[in-house]
Amino acid sequence: MEATLASIVAAASPLVYAVVGETITEKAGVVNLSMEGTIMLSAMTGFAVSYTTGSVLAGFLAAMVVGMLIAALVAFASIELRLNQIAVGFVLALLAVELSSFLGDPYVGQQGPSVRAIDVPLLSDIPFLGRILFQHNLSVYGSYVATIGAYVFMFHTRRGLEMQGVGERADASFARGIDVNRLRYLYTIVGGGLAGVAGAAFSLDVKLGWREGLTTNFGWIALAIVIFGGWHPLRAASGAYLFGVLQTVSLKLQPVFPGVSQILPLLPFVLMIFALVLVYLRLFRELGDRHPMLRHLLIADPPSGLGTTFHRE
Amino acid sequence: MNHTWPSRLLGVAVPLVLALVVSVVLLQLAGAPPFEALRLLGDGSVGSLAKISDTLSAWVPLTLAAAGLVVTFAAGLWNIGVEGQIVAGAIAATWVAREMPGSAPVVITLMLVAGVVGGLLWALLAGVLKTRGGVNEIFGGLGLDFVASGLAIYLIIGPWKREGIASTSGTDLFRPEAWMPTVGDAQIPVIPVVLTVLAVVLVYVLMRGTRFGLRLKAVGKNRRSAHLLGIPTERYTLAAFMVCGALAGLAGAILVSSVFHKLVPAVSGGYGFLGILVVLLAGYRAAWIAPIALFFAAVAVGSTQLSLRLDLDSSLGGVLQGVLVLLVILLGGWRAVRSRRSTEHAAQEEP
Repeated sequence: MEATLASIVAAASPLVYAVVGETITEKAGVVNLSMEGTIMLSAMTGFAVSYTTGSVLAGFLAAMVVGMLIAALVAFASIELRLNQIAVGFVLALLAVELSSFLGDPYVGQQGPSVRAIDVPLLSDIPFLGRILFQHNLSVYGSYVATIGAYVFMFHTRRGLEMQGVGERADASFARGIDVNRLRYLYTIVGGGLAGVAGAAFSLDVKLGWREGLTTNFGWIALAIVIFGGWHPLRAASGAYLFGVLQTVSLKLQPVFPGVSQILPLLPFVLMIFALVLVYLRLFRELGDRHPMLRHLLIADPPSGLGTTFHRE
Repeated sequence: MNHTWPSRLLGVAVPLVLALVVSVVLLQLAGAPPFEALRLLGDGSVGSLAKISDTLSAWVPLTLAAAGLVVTFAAGLWNIGVEGQIVAGAIAATWVAREMPGSAPVVITLMLVAGVVGGLLWALLAGVLKTRGGVNEIFGGLGLDFVASGLAIYLIIGPWKREGIASTSGTDLFRPEAWMPTVGDAQIPVIPVVLTVLAVVLVYVLMRGTRFGLRLKAVGKNRRSAHLLGIPTERYTLAAFMVCGALAGLAGAILVSSVFHKLVPAVSGGYGFLGILVVLLAGYRAAWIAPIALFFAAVAVGSTQLSLRLDLDSSLGGVLQGVLVLLVILLGGWRAVRSRRSTEHAAQEEP
């Protein structure tokens, strides 16, 4: 049991980075739909760089830079060129996947470095929880820091409040002296950087190595989990862990249902997407309205300025 | 904005040249002779009658998907579920090929009809998820894509498995009556090409010459005001999904009947997503779909030569297509911003 839970926590860590990153981006009012490509290309880059240099850290940094560059392009196209974020993001998603296949060809099947395991002193000795949460590596611990850091920043700091303002009411934020587009650039690039880290966490930790399509569908599912998570970093991270549970269950079921073992790995993706139907159910909304304590858990309202552009005119 | 011919041509020519430059740089990086590779790309797509036939076989599903997507885009919908709709059409057509007795014309006609119905119903699901479930069509569509490909794999390794061993390489080959007839030694798919041309004309007329098209565009431009003007927006949304699903399903039926002659797991072959790129490049206009899809099909078919002859990954074709679309979109945005600025300046100068 402990071992299974620990493996779920570890396996979910790349997705946690991705959903927290995209939550930050969308909270500032920008949709970065390129996640599928961003994660794939940065997974390839992270592996290629650490394979060449022998340094895992260099791999993570390179992957982060790839994610930031793609995100910067999305922000630029939206803010300066006033283009549809969905269109630009979708094209980048497909393009980056193709690029990862083309440029990653020489690295397919190679053995490279991986993140080294480190137990957290003291915390790892806690019974039960210590084994599940604190006997991993820096990539996994980093996903905790990203999640909690994003939560504290968003809801408990002044700058986090400004960021929410930019995503909700750009014109009102502007009237209060906030440089809306500068912040949108900033948070889109930060979110893209986290998506890049997610890619490296795949190729250097969870799914060691590189092959074509290493992270297929994880970018799309990350976008769905952001909605499932109601644009709240903690809830989004929980969604990523839930997805990890579904994946583990479907793997364990494979020997039980050998006839359908090849389609079981697809099941978590299907379930996660249709969990969105629940989030939108009127029943949930009414419950949330009646019980303010549960509101955060049940209701998912997108930032009202999501996907729009802002221009002072 | 000026829509004169030279400026529109420039809007395509400049990105095309830039995309080629990017490809040459990438080939150089990969250590391959760039111009040899580009020559192979052309040779492998239109170098012989057989290659032209291959290119047409790719053009048909790509154009059908893109034509359908013009309709959903007009309604303001991102029908990412188009891949699943192709698969659904392929599954329905395969069912007919396996179960229906009869002569070739009957079986093939029924397969095409089944494909249309299968794709239409699958698209309707995405539509209902959006209008009734409130699920954004991008994610509903992705979910249904997963379901459709899961269903195809299940059928291939389960109920429709090959005699003896179940394998994910596909079902048994259809009986000859279910094979789409072709013309000549080069096996040119004449019937699918004719059907595709008809579909493009249909969509063009639908969007340009009918009340339905006009109202659909109104729904896409502003759902709320369309509703206030008395247009039943839900019905129009579902109708757009169904038209697109029907054409995608037809593409799926043609893929199994004319290309694979069996059901394979990756039957949609990415034509749906590629179709979205085609429509973006065409600026959502039906008239531009066919030539752009022809170019994309040629690049896709030609790039398989690269892996055979130069040991390069065949994804170069996809990179070229992606770079091209990205550049066209970015350049279009840049030109729009610039022309907006110049009109603003002009407005300021004359008080």
